[in-house]
Amino acid sequence: MSSIGTGYDLSAAQFSPDGRVFQVEYALKAVENSSTAVGIKCKDGIVLAVEKLISSKLHEKDSNQRICNIDSHIGMAVAGLLTDAREVVDIARSEAANYRAQYSAPVPLKYLVERVASYVHAYTLYAAVRPFGASVLLASFVDDKPELYMVDPSGVALGYNGCAIGKARQGAKTEIEKLKLGELTCEEALKEAAKVIYVVHDEVKDKSFQLQMSWVGTNSKGRHQRVPEELVESAEAYAKQSMEESDSDDE
Amino acid sequence: MFPDGNYGLGSDEISTGTSIMAVEFDQGVVIAADSRTTSGPYIANRVTDKLTPIHDHIYCCRSGSAADTQAIADIVAANVELDGVQMGGLPLVKKAAEIFRGYCYSYRDSLSAGIIVAGWDPKEGGQVFTIPLGGMLVRQPFSIGGSGSTYIYGHVDATFKKNMSREDCVKFCSNSLALAMNRDGSSGGVIRIAIIDKNGVERRALLGEEIPRFYEG
Repeated sequence: MSSIGTGYDLSAAQFSPDGRVFQVEYALKAVENSSTAVGIKCKDGIVLAVEKLISSKLHEKDSNQRICNIDSHIGMAVAGLLTDAREVVDIARSEAANYRAQYSAPVPLKYLVERVASYVHAYTLYAAVRPFGASVLLASFVDDKPELYMVDPSGVALGYNGCAIGKARQGAKTEIEKLKLGELTCEEALKEAAKVIYVVHDEVKDKSFQLQMSWVGTNSKGRHQRVPEELVESAEAYAKQSMEESDSDDE
Repeated sequence: MFPDGNYGLGSDEISTGTSIMAVEFDQGVVIAADSRTTSGPYIANRVTDKLTPIHDHIYCCRSGSAADTQAIADIVAANVELDGVQMGGLPLVKKAAEIFRGYCYSYRDSLSAGIIVAGWDPKEGGQVFTIPLGGMLVRQPFSIGGSGSTYIYGHVDATFKKNMSREDCVKFCSNSLALAMNRDGSSGGVIRIAIIDKNGVERRALLGEEIPRFYEG
């Protein structure tokens, strides 16, 4: 089901008669075509997980990261047109670095999110450019406070306790809502995040995928890092096991 | 030898010749300044307030060119206000100090400004940052500045103790500035004091008889 803009969707500089900016809505659709990314806020940090679809066996395993460091204390997971996402990553890094240069302090996530959101929003105002076809999740853990934000192509930025972007975000959101977010630790959340990704992964349409996970919290001493291999493997094992258990329930 | 070419007698431009200082204590900071503004040998203002608010809990002590320091303080106050609103809370003293330093360093060739930024924030408590002429920034447990400060380096180094109480800090400041004001021609008038802690700012002034007296010959 797609609504046709018919004449009001030619540029982001136009409203439709019913008050929509179609270009932005189309950009949101572009994000929905990408594979899923989730973020979970825990008591002691944030866990980010991405379902990285592998389109060719020849690809190098860890190339084309969907989770990046913006600064040592901030991580970003992306979904959508990956080249558009790349630009957003660069902007965020630039803002964070400039803040450090000016104020000799790490940028507060709240401030960075506003800057990134304003930047993305600016591309929804003019006919000369198109909006970014990417949504991003931003996470940090500073002064024992975990923070998770999502910026979407319209420039809207909201804080979340749990968030999902990409093609299976509805399903992922449902799974995340089942979790007791306020009580989870990062270690527990690793397993749950892996499970969410495995559950929403579409075996039929998308064949193989790689699970990428990162975290920032007490376990990583406030630095945003890739989750160590062993922990990823044990989280995946838990996820696969849960799938099998629920499969056998569906006899 | 003296940058103003006037043998230390003060330039004809209006200058806050000055003796200023600031001290950190457990719960906040005490800042103090003299009240003399000179234009050459003429005392343009003998009751100046050199303790300028940047935000509710952040003040700065100004020395050097009155025009330069006022202009910078106004810009910094505007920036800090915006930051407080954006971040939703009391601005950090360090941030205000960094903003000051940004201007003082970038325009170092055009400015004559020696500034001490001091205040209280919920994160780090009482802090004193000094920004001397070239635009360096450093945090210190206490700091002295202005032309009068040169005469009291020995005194403050000998007298300062860590973990002084609030009133001890006030005494430390008033004694030190009294000595500086007595020797420096560009400093004098009254001693203005401000005490900043989590509850806000308490202003005091030591006038005439209240100013500590030492050896007078």
